[in-house]
Amino acid sequence: MRREPPQSLGDYLPLLFPAAMLTIFFVVPFGTMIAVSFFQRQQGGFYTPAFVFDNYARFLSVFFGGVLGFSLMLAIIVAICCVVLALPFTYMLTRMARKVQVVWLVALLSILSLSEVIIGFAWSTLFSRTAGITNILVALGIMEQAKALTPSFGAVLTGMVYQAFPYTVLVLFPALVRLDPTLTEAARTLGASPLRAFFTVVVPALRNTITATLIMVFIFALGSYLLPQLLGRPQHWTLSVLITDQAIYQSNMPFAAAMAVFLVLVTLGLVALTVIAGRKGEAA
Amino acid sequence: MTSMFRKVYFFLIGLFLSLPLIVVAGVSVNQKQTLAFPPQGFSLSWYGEIFLNPEWRNALFASVTLAVLSAALAVAIALPLSWFLWRRIAPWANIFQLLGVAPFTLPPVITALGMLTFWATVGFYGQPWTAVVSHAIFFVTLPLVTLSLGFTSIDRSLVEAASTMGADERTIFRTVVLPLILPYIVSGYAFAFVLSLNEYIVAYMTVGFTMETLPIKIFNALRYGYTPTMASVTVLFVTTAAVIFSLVARFGDLPKLLGAMSSDGK
Repeated sequence: MRREPPQSLGDYLPLLFPAAMLTIFFVVPFGTMIAVSFFQRQQGGFYTPAFVFDNYARFLSVFFGGVLGFSLMLAIIVAICCVVLALPFTYMLTRMARKVQVVWLVALLSILSLSEVIIGFAWSTLFSRTAGITNILVALGIMEQAKALTPSFGAVLTGMVYQAFPYTVLVLFPALVRLDPTLTEAARTLGASPLRAFFTVVVPALRNTITATLIMVFIFALGSYLLPQLLGRPQHWTLSVLITDQAIYQSNMPFAAAMAVFLVLVTLGLVALTVIAGRKGEAA
Repeated sequence: MTSMFRKVYFFLIGLFLSLPLIVVAGVSVNQKQTLAFPPQGFSLSWYGEIFLNPEWRNALFASVTLAVLSAALAVAIALPLSWFLWRRIAPWANIFQLLGVAPFTLPPVITALGMLTFWATVGFYGQPWTAVVSHAIFFVTLPLVTLSLGFTSIDRSLVEAASTMGADERTIFRTVVLPLILPYIVSGYAFAFVLSLNEYIVAYMTVGFTMETLPIKIFNALRYGYTPTMASVTVLFVTTAAVIFSLVARFGDLPKLLGAMSSDGK
């Protein structure tokens, strides 16, 4: 049966339920959020319909600029760390036996599906004074006394790299599977060392994939809403944490919504960049 | 690259990925109510606590119910949509595909906040079923992507043959399409189920003040008093995810499934 255009109105029937669900429960909530971002906040946690730019004007503060700058910087560092760690890993993984691949993929998927709450809890335990990694170092005689490594910037970064690493591998995986193995074989035959072949053949061939992956991991890291809160100090809070904080604890929905709209715009801009990078990759 | 380098690199990555989980597993068998590592004494009572302590048991029940229902609803949304897109030429209908992928691509806090403002505006804020709908929309991407992949792998000549033999649309769907697509339905459901089980922010913003799912319960415990039960629940979650994904890998083609997920889905 070939694909054909819908003949009658009845042919559209299967579309009815999905279209209605997605419109009512995604498009409308999204619109509601945008509307609320222009509403006037009232003391006591409620808001009244209005059309004011106050919530957006607050972006111009030094504090907000600091949070935004920190969020972007943190996400960039996480993206770079993840790609640097994951690229050789994924490359070697795709050249392993299928059974080994599946085991690693199952493990990576299991970690990727873990709640941020759980990842935060696990790392805060690992970095704590009583149960932490420093106890092992003390036992080995490397350190004098166990100490807490959290809250700190390093803890936030480690937690976020841990969270984003499986995602990075899974994003890189299909591109690396499709990479023509004869490319490296040719380089090896011509006398390049494995390391040299990797850097002079594999990395340039994947330039666009790497760019797209960096952006995707960046967006992923930008969405981290709990780890900076659980593993860092208030100065390590990101935009996502701030949105949650404003919405839930400060009950300032309009401001939270305005920040969320801003975050959407940043994300969409980056997705557009990814698509452009992907197009160029296909053309090349 | 030399195999020695590879072994060391994989060992280090494996260590990085498993270390927090090893420590958590160690903490979960403490005899007393401390988060000590290496554990002091050995006891599995913190695993029993998940089922015996009414608070944890309720949270477990809430989480599992939420995941079962929302994953089912997500599949119910994704199946007719992906079938329609496969069966018909209707370019404008692709917009719904895009809408289905959007919630998962955007930072999760955005979907969460959208849902919060929406449910508060329509007056259902805090009702348990709103979390089911919110999760179904949030995770509809997963069955949508696996099902789209599943449909593209169906050989259209099979369907054509059935049609030539006189089968009507309904019969074709039931006897040809459905059996072929079933593995993809199952894996889409499995992905949505596991992620829903672990999801925190959307659940928290929709029903956080009226009921506790396990991730919400763990978060609250992080703030108001640590207990090794948090560690045993974590171990339970990791094990559940690993078992479900192993089953998906056992009965489906995991590398293929993931190969398509990243290029089409995200």
